Formats: sequence, structure tokens, C-alpha cells
Amino acid sequence: MSNEHRGMLVAPEVLGQTIAGALDDKGRLAALFADPVATQTRLVAVVAGPNALTVLEANLGDGERAYPSVTAVVPGADWYEREIHDLYGLLPDGHPDLDPLVLPRDPGVLPPRPGALEPSPPIAPSATPLRPLVHGEGLFTLPYGPVRSGIVEAIEYVLETPGEDFPRIQTRPHYKHRGVEAAFVGRSVADGVLLAERVEGVASVAHAIAYCEAVERLASVEVPPRAQLVRVVHAELERIANHLDSTIHHAEAAGQAVAHARLTVHKERLMRLRAALCGSRFGRGVVVPGGVRARLGRDSGALLEALDPLVQAIEDDLRLLMATPSFLDRLRGTGILPGTVMVARGGLGPLARGSGVPEDVRAARPYGAYGRLGFPPAVFDDGDALARQRVRNEEMASSFHLIRQALDELAELRENLTEAWEVAVPACDGEAFGWAEAPQGEVLYFVRARNGCLARVKPRSASFHNLALFTAAFPKDITTDFAFIEASFGLSTAGAAG
Amino acid sequence: MPWIARGLRDGFVTTRYPRRPDDYGEGFRASIALRREALGDAERPTDASEVPDLCPTGAIGVRAGQIRLDRGRCILCGRCVAVRPDLFRFDAAIEIAVDHRDLLVVPAPGEDLDDAALEARRRELATRVRALGRSVHVRHVDCGSDGSEEWEIAALWNPFYDLQRLGVYLTASPRHADLLLVTGAGAAGMHEPLEHAYAAMAQPRVVVAVGTDAASGGLFAMTYATRSGVTHVPIDVYVPGSPPSPFSILHGILLALGLMSRPGRPT
Repeated sequence: MSNEHRGMLVAPEVLGQTIAGALDDKGRLAALFADPVATQTRLVAVVAGPNALTVLEANLGDGERAYPSVTAVVPGADWYEREIHDLYGLLPDGHPDLDPLVLPRDPGVLPPRPGALEPSPPIAPSATPLRPLVHGEGLFTLPYGPVRSGIVEAIEYVLETPGEDFPRIQTRPHYKHRGVEAAFVGRSVADGVLLAERVEGVASVAHAIAYCEAVERLASVEVPPRAQLVRVVHAELERIANHLDSTIHHAEAAGQAVAHARLTVHKERLMRLRAALCGSRFGRGVVVPGGVRARLGRDSGALLEALDPLVQAIEDDLRLLMATPSFLDRLRGTGILPGTVMVARGGLGPLARGSGVPEDVRAARPYGAYGRLGFPPAVFDDGDALARQRVRNEEMASSFHLIRQALDELAELRENLTEAWEVAVPACDGEAFGWAEAPQGEVLYFVRARNGCLARVKPRSASFHNLALFTAAFPKDITTDFAFIEASFGLSTAGAAG
Repeated sequence: MPWIARGLRDGFVTTRYPRRPDDYGEGFRASIALRREALGDAERPTDASEVPDLCPTGAIGVRAGQIRLDRGRCILCGRCVAVRPDLFRFDAAIEIAVDHRDLLVVPAPGEDLDDAALEARRRELATRVRALGRSVHVRHVDCGSDGSEEWEIAALWNPFYDLQRLGVYLTASPRHADLLLVTGAGAAGMHEPLEHAYAAMAQPRVVVAVGTDAASGGLFAMTYATRSGVTHVPIDVYVPGSPPSPFSILHGILLALGLMSRPGRPT
């Protein structure tokens, strides 16, 4: 199976055009990253077609740093090339804006090059302030972050504004850059999943699944069906929790005090249910390479008993919320992202599905048990915060449905007591991709192993990809819409900052 | 209008903790404990030579035939429990926060911690927080978390925990804050913003480190972009966990404010 994704090698000079050609055929740019091989660096581009990945590679020679920018031809490569510039010191020639994104370095400071043979010494991020990008009379910049009100992750938005509207917003996740890609290097394959769970903590299960899919593909290991079903249960519980969280922030921003309180009660009950199943409120420790550690068999009946009243309560409150004019008025027409932008930039997850793009890797490239479990796609066309809320409402319902299907199948499988929950994953050298649909959208993992250890891991979270679209969501929106637009994106800085 | 009736539908869900124990909180798998067999003694040392290799964060060490576990590094992956159930077990509890980093090490704290120094530190903290009374304002700064700690801290203001019933409020500005919650592995990019936030706080002020990452960096300790947790401001209370449950964070806040009895030496 690993051959399926063998990269096509092209010259660095034509990488951009080759990617653009692959995109014409109903593709989207899913990732672009660097992988150091000895003193050289290769660029790896991943294009997601309707049902398969195409991998394109370009090798830069010894000490070569410059290559023609991909972004000049494919705008969606913007953040990827900025990230490569920060982490590997490569110079995409013709890139419109190479401002630091995940790691501002002072001149002369060497890039960390995660995956290189020698680990990088500590790097103190540059303190040089970044320049404003919009110029004109009466414009001023409003830095918002990295320490903001509320219990939120660190991120800075630099709002460039003449007063009310935002012609441009710079998004700076770099404050909390942890060097996660470097932390993977040299770890055992078994340790890797612990790191994957903590790349983006609110989507632990999806990251663990994507990482394990890559490792299992590399070793040509088939995960036992019952373990695949357990993965579905935990992944869908995680999706509901994240969608509830996003709804909670909408309700809070709209001043819906009772709705807010009730939704936080539902979320807490859901987190307690998750902990009852596996000991962790975030589903950690469930997914391991080769299967699952938390069994779900005899107690699945008890899960259904606890789930049913919770589903009822959530659906009741969502119905009332979607009939509350003072809630709908704040979301309708807010943060419009047209479908054309979404297609051009290859947006992911609920963001894409709220703009009429039916992008969902559970259906496009089914992994695990998703190939045989059915669920209706949730797609709305308006592209505003309300459409994204509607997507999430429908997905919470379909997630509950998927959990029921998975539990029913598990109950049938119970007859066969000899089947394992986990199979051994032999050490294998080589490289492979894995993916999963996180609550935020597609998570993509590239894993290269050597001598049984991880040599290079590139986790590409949906938060990184979608956060690049944030500034595009303010065509006619003003300061008071900010909280709604941020909540409707539903992203995690941890996943974006790396 | 319909929301008013809806708000009364579920009745009272708020915990009575800390005045009464809470079943859910007490049952949450919050830390790893050493079994008696792990302690060994001079005549009968534990066969523990390979045990430290089990731990992906280096939380397990051996000294004089005795296993030592640093809960400040433990991410609760459970590998030690799975491989050596004769030595390790999961422990369910609320009250796992401590008021000295060395108290996270079981069974015995580090050499530098003597009773007199601990006593002096506790007296100083108690004196400092006395002025805060029953109205405490809280601010949070993320220094490189994975995002989960933020969910668990935010949960403290949901109706189950309702921190406001104890006089603890969330505030938007560090200038109005008495208590600072820090999370994350100590990302270098957050050093300066954290120092600014800390400097802006009113005196007296208290700092609680939430999560294993804040205590030691966890799996992300000492990359090129992090240090061993949050080290740039003085920490008064540590709440280990990956992430800790809201109950344990609540315990940490109450401990910092002198509203809980002090934890004893770990056993």
C-alpha cells in the first residue's frame, strides 16, 4: 500500500507549475513541507484529488537554498512556504510576503531544520516587530494578543484598520511555537502517538488516528475491525465535543447566557462520558499503532444508555438556539467566505462545507471503519458563520448516528471473542502518509522511519491550513463580528503554531 | 422567553466540593502511584534496572534500589502500569496539586527540600494571599500548551464547577488579576508576553502552573523552542496532569489561596 503514494520527482524550477497542473484536475493543495536528507533538502507537495493523494517531490542540491516560489503560481502554498522559510531557511523566490509565521529568526540565526541529523540548539525568537502591510491615510494597527481576554490559546492578530472594517488581518501563531516536529525526531514509533495526541490537544484522537494510519500503512498492518470501530466511537465523540465548543463560543459572543450555560453543561457531560470510556477526557491513550488500548465491548450498552439522554438534550437546545432571532441575527452574513475562495485555497473541514464544498476525508478517502459506515454529508452554501453553525449542528447528529452504528457492529462482533484489539506493528523503514477528518478538518501525517525510529514526522493540522484563510473572512465585517468569526473557524493555535 | 424555562429544566448540577467530596472528581484517574513492591528496601531492593526506560518523559528514576516517580513529568500514558502492574498503578483523586515542585516526586521529595524551608515557603504564601480575601480575580496565560488545558480551565466556570460561588472570578486584564494560571511547555516566544503580564499584575499575586507541560515541558521539554516548562515567573502551586481534570485545577487554585489544608509529604 505504501507504493500508492510514491512521489513523482520533478525539478525545483517546475514544482509550482506541476502542482498547478495537478490542481486543475479537481485537486487541492493539501500540504507542502521540507524533508532534510543529509545536507540536502527535498520539498514534498501533497495534492489531494477527489479520491487519492498525489505526491510531488523536488530535490534541492547541497547547500542550495533558493528555488522559484510555488506561491507565485499556487496561492494556497503561501503559509506553507513561509513555514518552510522559518524552519529550513529556504528562500522561495518570488513569494509575495515572507514575514515570519511560526518562528521569527534574527539575521544569522540558523534554522532548526527538524529531521536533520544534528538537533538544533535553542533559538530565541526575534523580538523585531513586524511591519504593517496596509498603507494609507488614517490607517492604524491594532495588535490583539498574544495574551487576550478569556481562557484561550496564545495567538496575535494584527488588525490593520481605518476604524471599523478590516482590510487586512495578520495572523501570528508563532508565540506558542513548540518545535513539535523536532520533538518527534529520534522517538520510537510507539512514543510517536503520544506526541501526535499532543500536537493539537483538542483533536487528540484524530491526530492519533492519522499518525497510526501512516505507521500502519508503512508496515502493511491491517487493524482488527473491532479496533477500527472503537476508533470511530472516540473520534466522533471528539467531533461532538469540538462542535459543541464552537457553538458555546457563538452563544457566549451573542450574549445568550442560558444557552451558553446549558451547552457548557452538555459539553461537561460529554467529557465525563469520554473519561468513563477510557480514563481520559480527551480520548488519549485509546489509539495506538496496530489497534486500540481501550476496549469497548461489554459496556457498550451502558454507553448507549448514557448517550441517549445527552443526545436528546443537545438536540433540544440546538433546535431552540436555531429559532432564537437574537442568535441568528449575529451569525447571518457574518464572516462570509465564498465557495470560490474555498476552492482556490483548498479549505478544509466545516469551514469548506459551510461554503458549499463537500470536503470530508471520511468520505473522500475512507480510512478505518468509515468505508462501511454511512453518514450524510453536511453541506451549506451561504459561507457565513451561520452556515458553519448549521454544518456543525448536522454533524453532531450524524456523529451520534455513527457512534450508534459502530456500537451495534461491536455488539455483533462480540460473538467472536478470539479477535484481537491490537496487532503488533513490526519495525519498518520507509515513509508513508496517514490522514483523518478531525473536527477542524483533514489532518495529514507524513512519517519517515529509519532503524525503527522516527526520522521525520510532519503533522499538518487543519488549523494550520484553515487559519491562513482567516483574513479572507472579513470582506465587510467589523470589530464586533470578530468573536463570531473566530468561533466559527473553531481552530486551535497549537495545531497551527507547531 | 423560552430560554428562561429551559434554564430551570435540569435543576441543580453544581458540585459541593470542596465542602463535600465529589464522586466524579474522586473517581478521575489523576496520577500514577507506586505499589508497595516498588519501594523495596536495602535488604530487598526492587528489580528496577530497566524500569526507567519505560517512561517516554523520563519521569521514572531509580535511587538506591528505590523507584522514584516525578509526577511533574508524568503524562499519564500508563505504559508503566501496562508493563509493570506489579510496581505501578493508576490513582484516582482530586487533590493532586502541591505547593512545591519537589513534592511532585514520590515517594520522597528531592534532597533540597527540608521541612524548615517548606514551612517558611508556606508561611510566606499564606501571608501573601491573606489580603485577597474572598474576591479573587484570575487571568490565564498560555505558554505553549496543546490546547487541552484551556478547555479544562474554562470548564471551571460551567455550572458543574461554578467557580464564582467561591468568590473566584475571571478577569480580562492582567492589571485586575490576583491569580495567574500558566499552561504550556514554556515556548520561548511567550517569555516576554508572560513577563509583561506578570509585571502588570497587582500585588499581592499568586501563580498556579496547570498541567505537566507547565511543570516540566512534558514530551516537548527542551526542543529548540521550549524550556522545561514555565520557568520565567515564580510558581506557587503545581497541578500535574496531561491535562489535569477541572477538579484538580480547582484544588490547585484553592490551595494557592490558602483555602485547603496543605498537602503532606507524598507517600
